[in-house]
Amino acid sequence: MTDVTNDKQTLMQQLMQRAAPGRAEFEDLVIVPIFAVVVALIVGALVMLATAVDIATIGRSYLALLEGSVGSLNALSETFTAAAPLILAGLGLALGFRAGLFNIGAEGQIVVGGLVAAIVGFSFAGLPWIIHMPLTLLAGAVGGAAYASIAGYLRAATGAHEVISTIMLNLSSYLLLDYMLGLNWVQRPGRADPVSKSVLESAELPRLFAWIDPNLRVHAGIILVLVAVFFVQWLLFKTKTGFEFRASGENPDAARYAGMRASLIIVAAMATAGALAGLAGANQVMGVLGRATPGFSAGIGFDAISVALLGRSHPIGVLFAGLLFGALEAGGRQMQVDAGVSIDLIGIIQALIIVFIAAPLLVRAIFPWGFQKPSTGRKE
Amino acid sequence: MDVELRGITKRFGPVTANDDVNLTIRAGEVLGLLGENGAGKSTMMNILSGLYSPDEGQILIDGKPVRFEGPGDGIAAGIGMVHQHFMLVPVFTVAENVILGVEPTGQLDYLDLKTARKQVLDINEKYGLEVDPDALVENLPVGIQQRVEIIKVLFRSAEVLILDEPTAVLTPQEVEDFFEIVKSLRDSGKAIVFITHKLHEIIEIADRINVLRGGRIVGEGDPKSLNEEELAEMMVGRPVSFDVVKGPFKPGETLLDIRDLVVLRENDDIAVDHVSFHVRSGEVVGIAGVQGNGQSALIEALTGLQHAASGKVAFLGDDITNASVRERHRMGMAHIPEDRHKSGMISNFTIYENMVLNTYYDDRFSTGPSINWPEVLKTSAQYAVDFDVRTPSIYLKAGNLSGGNQQKMVVARELERETKLVIASQPTRGLDVGSIEYIHSRLMDSRDEGDGVLIVSSELDEIMSLSDRILVMFEGRIVAEFDATAGPVDKNAVGLAMAGAPA
Repeated sequence: MTDVTNDKQTLMQQLMQRAAPGRAEFEDLVIVPIFAVVVALIVGALVMLATAVDIATIGRSYLALLEGSVGSLNALSETFTAAAPLILAGLGLALGFRAGLFNIGAEGQIVVGGLVAAIVGFSFAGLPWIIHMPLTLLAGAVGGAAYASIAGYLRAATGAHEVISTIMLNLSSYLLLDYMLGLNWVQRPGRADPVSKSVLESAELPRLFAWIDPNLRVHAGIILVLVAVFFVQWLLFKTKTGFEFRASGENPDAARYAGMRASLIIVAAMATAGALAGLAGANQVMGVLGRATPGFSAGIGFDAISVALLGRSHPIGVLFAGLLFGALEAGGRQMQVDAGVSIDLIGIIQALIIVFIAAPLLVRAIFPWGFQKPSTGRKE
Repeated sequence: MDVELRGITKRFGPVTANDDVNLTIRAGEVLGLLGENGAGKSTMMNILSGLYSPDEGQILIDGKPVRFEGPGDGIAAGIGMVHQHFMLVPVFTVAENVILGVEPTGQLDYLDLKTARKQVLDINEKYGLEVDPDALVENLPVGIQQRVEIIKVLFRSAEVLILDEPTAVLTPQEVEDFFEIVKSLRDSGKAIVFITHKLHEIIEIADRINVLRGGRIVGEGDPKSLNEEELAEMMVGRPVSFDVVKGPFKPGETLLDIRDLVVLRENDDIAVDHVSFHVRSGEVVGIAGVQGNGQSALIEALTGLQHAASGKVAFLGDDITNASVRERHRMGMAHIPEDRHKSGMISNFTIYENMVLNTYYDDRFSTGPSINWPEVLKTSAQYAVDFDVRTPSIYLKAGNLSGGNQQKMVVARELERETKLVIASQPTRGLDVGSIEYIHSRLMDSRDEGDGVLIVSSELDEIMSLSDRILVMFEGRIVAEFDATAGPVDKNAVGLAMAGAPA
């Protein structure tokens, strides 16, 4: 009898052993993205060559790209500043993807979140920093969540696909922003152009390293980013809610059979994604711009889609993908200044990275020596 | 035409799917090929049809070695395959489906349907197939669709026909008709390879039997001198018991009481038509019927996945007609869904995640918002051991398990809960003998412990061997009821009721 129990215990122990992450996983998560970036840079150089840029300038521009992104304290600061909203919104999108929602409405959620944060940020004069700043962040999150919930509700209640409804909501958000910025109580006094009042100092995300150099723009938003990464990681992989999100994303039928409430999950996942995008908007308004302006979202919500995809919808992956995109953006500006190469090239390189990430077989074919030989066939 | 496989070996990475296989297929003979899932049957047939090329060994046709380079080469050499899942275009007619890919064309690429129709009719007549060449495939019953598949390979002048699990989708009556067709093909000189894991069928139809296990031929024999027990032992590698061990029949209180239940399909057609029956504790109620006669809708209504249009469902005296899926789970209903891939599990989730797919919210596995993963791991490992789920680790994705182990995983999840009523839909579809035996015995354990068990299956043998009471469903209604506790039920009578014959 004890023998049988012991056997069972040993067997259970064996089953609970996690196999070491395989070479294939490592290739997939690390090597493919690295090679994708390399190939994208090479193809980017070819594009420059094709547009009659000489080799020396190409060399200079890539040097500037490196310098402008990681070459100095200021460059790093710019990289982090550019990365912060991409990561926040990217986390939201990743969470949606996990739940099977192709939410492409981060742009609109950023606009609404940023707008609400700006309003709360310039109101409530006299509140202490310790209350006003978090309140403003919260307002941004709630704004984004509420706006995203519209698409979530439409999907859950009527089956309207979130791709369509979020595109519409993106467009609506631009108009809403323009309208609001023209209102008396929002527009900055004495200005003819539509710009909101400035966010009060008590609601600003303070610059973190102004004591080293007042030009270092990196602000408390990066702390928010780290908290958000850990929060999403915890939510997705450690909680009941995250389990439900992932289950309905992977197999909605099985989730329904397991007694999960699909409509509730859709609305909750959209709202959480919207809250993160709203935080990205608040981050821009409170940490970078100090106010809401027309088009302040600057396409971050669309770049964040690439970030979420590049990060394989995994919080840690999104963190690194966001940093990469932030670095490309910061470096791209330097590139334009130093080498006179158009910043549009950065857009091309970003797009190429996505293409190569999405086509791992292509990367494997270009760099056969980087990978283990693929197995010769599939098991039946 | 005779075909010989000589010393065929095929490896996929470290896995040897076929190991030095020798097989002879002779004209005018039905070769029965028996083996569990994963025994290497499909690999072997894919080699024979040219889809895979073997690592070692050769294929000889009428004594001459041939080499297949691609999937087209098999059929060009006269080897045709009838797949388990039909490959037909539903909105095309029979004739159009038959000529698809080898269309007879006239001048200027003119499609010569007239010739095609005539050729289909010729094949019909020659083998007694009786298929209307102008019928739309989507309007044909499954049994006839299968004949269309056979006409397709005959049209391509196949001399060797490989039939992969051909009876899985047929009613008992259709099986008999199908066997007649197989015999007529054989008598006209075709060579037939009949792949199955149903033992009685192979004994009935095959002229010669080969048993495959672990990629090797482990037995060859004459169906006249072999019985089912011997074949099963060869196939599984150990003695298999066919008699489901049942405790004495001691029905208790009524658990599930269904009155005048009506369930509609999405297009408002009636799927379940005023059905009433009950399930008591300690009894197995089996619902027999050809697929598509309302069983799925009935189960969905009973488990809360679909609304009842009218009628009442009571569980332990409480009205649960409108209760949610989760409420029913909590009351002690277990549900083994008919399609594990679609709704029973999440292939991309690990085994341990699948093991708690509908209990993760329970106090055992969660505190506050968090899931207590260490506890989940421990419990899942225990479930896996208890239900013989064979895997190196529960961290593996469920999609990597074999079908039998996936189903054991689902059954483990459902039966390890506190259950009072087990609803099992097609619990052993597509599984091998060993897994079937195991799942049957676990379902019987539930019954003997006092649970009520409701089984829906299109596999009549399964219903016959498990049930204490058999209900037959036809066109949404319960058309017959048989008591199996008194004595053996007449299988023929059940089969006729399944086909809609008046009782």
